[in-house]
Amino acid sequence: MATTDTGVTGPTRARIPQRTLRQDRWWLAPLATFVVFAAFVVYASVRAFMGRDYYASPYLSPFYSPCLGDCVEGASDFGQPFRAFPFSAALLVLVFPLGFRMTCYYYRKAYYRAFWFSPPACAVAEPHKTYSGETRFPLLLQNAHRWFWYAAVLVGLVLTFDTVLAFRNEDKEWGHMGLGTLLMLVNIVLIWLYTLSCHSCRHAVGGRLRHFSKHPVRYRLWTWVSRLNAHHARYAWYSLFSVALVDLYVYLLATGTIEDVRFF
Amino acid sequence: MGYDLTMRIWRGDQEGGGLGDYTVEVSEGEVVLDALHRVQATQAGDLAIRWNCKAGKCGSCSAEVNGRPRLLCMTRLSDFEESEIITVTPLRTFPVIRDLVTDVSYNYEKAKELPYADLGPRDADGKRRMAQIDVERGQEFRKCIECFLCQNTCHVVRDHEDNKPAFAGPRFFIRYAELDMHPLDTHDRRALAQDAAGLGMCNITKCCTEVCPEGIKITDNAIIPMKERVVDRKFDPLVWLGSKIGLRNRDDEGRSEV
Repeated sequence: MATTDTGVTGPTRARIPQRTLRQDRWWLAPLATFVVFAAFVVYASVRAFMGRDYYASPYLSPFYSPCLGDCVEGASDFGQPFRAFPFSAALLVLVFPLGFRMTCYYYRKAYYRAFWFSPPACAVAEPHKTYSGETRFPLLLQNAHRWFWYAAVLVGLVLTFDTVLAFRNEDKEWGHMGLGTLLMLVNIVLIWLYTLSCHSCRHAVGGRLRHFSKHPVRYRLWTWVSRLNAHHARYAWYSLFSVALVDLYVYLLATGTIEDVRFF
Repeated sequence: MGYDLTMRIWRGDQEGGGLGDYTVEVSEGEVVLDALHRVQATQAGDLAIRWNCKAGKCGSCSAEVNGRPRLLCMTRLSDFEESEIITVTPLRTFPVIRDLVTDVSYNYEKAKELPYADLGPRDADGKRRMAQIDVERGQEFRKCIECFLCQNTCHVVRDHEDNKPAFAGPRFFIRYAELDMHPLDTHDRRALAQDAAGLGMCNITKCCTEVCPEGIKITDNAIIPMKERVVDRKFDPLVWLGSKIGLRNRDDEGRSEV
């Protein structure tokens, strides 16, 4: 399919009518990304707007943490300053992790390819006639990624606190653990791996320097973050699944569909 | 052991052209460029191919093999089934001259627009000094062989000819990054990279990194760090506020914008 006269079928280019001559399954990765991300967006939206079944003592769903709105008893460890907020309390906090992921350098690659076909895959012509990249509003806002990263660190700290609280039983006695605790533990590790492997984090700890030699501590931090950063995409996927899984577990507990598996 | 390979090779020029079928005998261990040379020697003496070192170091034989931007000399025939038809076309981002040869002068024009390093004064003994870890940081970018596969695969210019005047491309973003990370360079290239070189056009879909035959992490180590440096300068109110109250990044001292 010819795309535009300014692209690979333009007048000076080699005359090849196909938009790509690739014979491998280049469409598989964007398709998988589309299906999984779309499924997550639907699930997260339903859960966020639901406004219930997000707390099953001692577990609080990560979608609702910190629970700052008119939340059920026991769920608000940081008070309810937005008690008058008429909608689901998840909407108050989800905007931060959502913004962090929406502006993430890895997610941008993934959704530009899978959702916007810009381009769908390497050396596969995109369907758009014009292209201005991230130079104009609204995509200019992608430059706010580091601001969402600051917020994501705070959210990470809150989720860490929630995980510590999960080492209690239903009656809030310490020294207990259940399957929910384990899931939250795995989730918080993945959340931190994702948050600390962020490109903005890599820049902030040392990447912005011109003289590594004058800042040995920051250089060392930069090498650590760089090592994590190489796996940023993997952590993005794993933590997406883990956060949804913890929420689903809490939902199933809260609705009484399952009983928590207590280890001790 | 030898076998007969079927190839489809794009022949033509800007007036027109198309894929032609050739069957050529090839041997174990050969690369696509070997097969093309045999076609040239035995069947199509006027087949135009640009090549030089045959060792993946000169960056001359860039083309597209089965639709994927590759170096012809580094694409092994053993990566394909013996019965598979191998299609070879010229780079599809640059104007074709003839057959597999394209006019890559766009890249040299972009190179001219990039200000060279302007090093500060020498030390008292007449030498310039850099610590080893600072030297090492830019070495990755110096591996570039200028094959321009990254420029070719970048959709910003591949799919939009009209972006060429405003967009330098990944090869030059690694050059911007290398110089911006250089501890002795006195230029501040952040504004230039964002405005004249079109860094903001890049939507980091990473195809440049995927095709780089030298394995340079173009996106993670050059483009994204440059984007973050531009954010420091243009989009970060904390940095702006800090500069107003005297908390400036001393690491940037001695630099002036170009």
